[in-house]
Amino acid sequence: MSVIEVQDISKQFGTLKAVDGLSFEVQEGEVFGFLGQNGSGKSTTIRMLLSLIHPSSGSIKLFGLPLKEHRNELLEKVGAIIERPDLYPYLTAKEHLQLFAKVRKKHITTSDINATLEKVGLSNRSTDKVQTFSLGMKQRLGIGIALVHNPSLIILDEPTNGLDPQGIADIRHLIQYLAKEEGKTVFVSSHLLSEIEQVASQILIIHKGKKVAGGATKQLLDPNKTIVHVTTLNDETALSAIKVSEFASYMLPRKDGIYFCMPQQQIPLLHKSLVMADIPLLKVETKNSLEDYFLQVTSNTQ
Amino acid sequence: MWKLISVELYKIYKRPRTYIAFGAIAALIVVIQLGLKIDGDAYAGFLMKDINDTLSVEGKILNGYLICYILLQLLLVHVPLLVALIAADMISGEANLGTLRLIFTTPYSRTQWVMAKFIAASTYTILLLIWLAFLALFVSIWIFGTDDLFLMKSNYVVLITEGDVMWRYVGAFVFAAFALMTVTSLGFLMSSLANNSIGPIVGTMSAIVFLTILSTLNIPLFSLIKPYLFTTHMNNWKEFFDLQVNADNEAIKGSILNIAKIKNSLIVLTLHIILFVGASVLIVKKKDILS
Repeated sequence: MSVIEVQDISKQFGTLKAVDGLSFEVQEGEVFGFLGQNGSGKSTTIRMLLSLIHPSSGSIKLFGLPLKEHRNELLEKVGAIIERPDLYPYLTAKEHLQLFAKVRKKHITTSDINATLEKVGLSNRSTDKVQTFSLGMKQRLGIGIALVHNPSLIILDEPTNGLDPQGIADIRHLIQYLAKEEGKTVFVSSHLLSEIEQVASQILIIHKGKKVAGGATKQLLDPNKTIVHVTTLNDETALSAIKVSEFASYMLPRKDGIYFCMPQQQIPLLHKSLVMADIPLLKVETKNSLEDYFLQVTSNTQ
Repeated sequence: MWKLISVELYKIYKRPRTYIAFGAIAALIVVIQLGLKIDGDAYAGFLMKDINDTLSVEGKILNGYLICYILLQLLLVHVPLLVALIAADMISGEANLGTLRLIFTTPYSRTQWVMAKFIAASTYTILLLIWLAFLALFVSIWIFGTDDLFLMKSNYVVLITEGDVMWRYVGAFVFAAFALMTVTSLGFLMSSLANNSIGPIVGTMSAIVFLTILSTLNIPLFSLIKPYLFTTHMNNWKEFFDLQVNADNEAIKGSILNIAKIKNSLIVLTLHIILFVGASVLIVKKKDILS
């Protein structure tokens, strides 16, 4: 079952097209990674999913129902954190959860609130005012607010912002726990690509409001599509040599060398052809992380 | 809806800024009461100096009722500025904090949230007025006692017997509630237009000052628009303290000289409230939440 169905949505702000004909689906129980550089349209898309921004065109369905017509009913099933963890500085962590528990249709008990505080690691600071919290603690409380009513769909926009390495690992474990143990659907956006790579089963990459790549994480990280980074003393000649070969694709000349995509088993041939062309080779390294893929596809569309 | 109102009231209750207005009103009233307690006779003498030769007044002129009237004359001009501190921050303050997106992703419509916020802001305004009434009327009665209310108008004097005063204050405070709720709704409208706290507060205060000046200036051009300005009507609580007289020029107990003026003012103020709140709802409904 599709928990999120987005059909050809666009959002225009004056002359700027922040989102341009974006379509995607998120299935129940999966962790869906939403990637894009800053200003790529991620947050605008997420705000449209939460009905904070009205799409200029296109349609959004959540749990099979149109968001526009069933907004209140659908938002009861959604928990979200959007960009920064903005909270009321004069309220405590527990007061925040009590306040947002109150505005849910379902009854949320004190033990549910305490369990949520425990889940996000704020039990020992529950009676402290938010103005005394670090950014990481605010982020965790924001996640707590998103989880307090036990939603089926959790939308997390840059949830690891401002967190230290331990905090980032905690959020990663929490996302994995929510999906695997509690069967939640998690839609997570981040610019920390390595984080998405570790938790998401599906990935969508957008750039300038448009979809540039998407699919199962395993397929996107297919070893047959190894990204190679070559550094030589003469990159121009090397580029020409690689171009005439048949095994390279998606070539990206950059300051620190040349990036391109090629089958891993043909790397020895690459070595050979560069040596034959008398190109002084400094380094050949393969990159197979999502970060490289992300870098490649977003750069190609510029 | 009650859930949303209680949430909004809770936030108002927990904000330190809420208590500034209560503190300011208490400080002002106590200072004036103290001044009049110490130097009240001189003040009463100053009030009576023009009519002492033609009129002999017995009893306690400077009683709790007169003190309350003096305080209301002074404060009901300034209380709107204090009301703006909260009302003009209700939506824009949340936009500024970034919490607007938290409340607008709950399963309630924006209209419900805006109405809940307006009701909560109005509750705050009325509580502020009750606080003002308590200090200005009841504390003044406690300090200065009661007697007939003697008021000096521009070219006549009004004497309201002690037993005929209290209901007039009730009427005046109810009227003031409408006037202050109009200010609340104006602050609310300003708040729906901005994403920062200071702009709408300053905007509301500036609008009140500007419109009050237009309402009080006796220039023919402005006379055309004066009846439609809410600031023209805000001070008409004073009409509760003008009495009709019989053929012998004796005051008729329990009467109001110009009740039509009060009714007209209440209609104008109510229409302004509906207009401002309606516009706020429309603006917020159409708004993209980008903060």
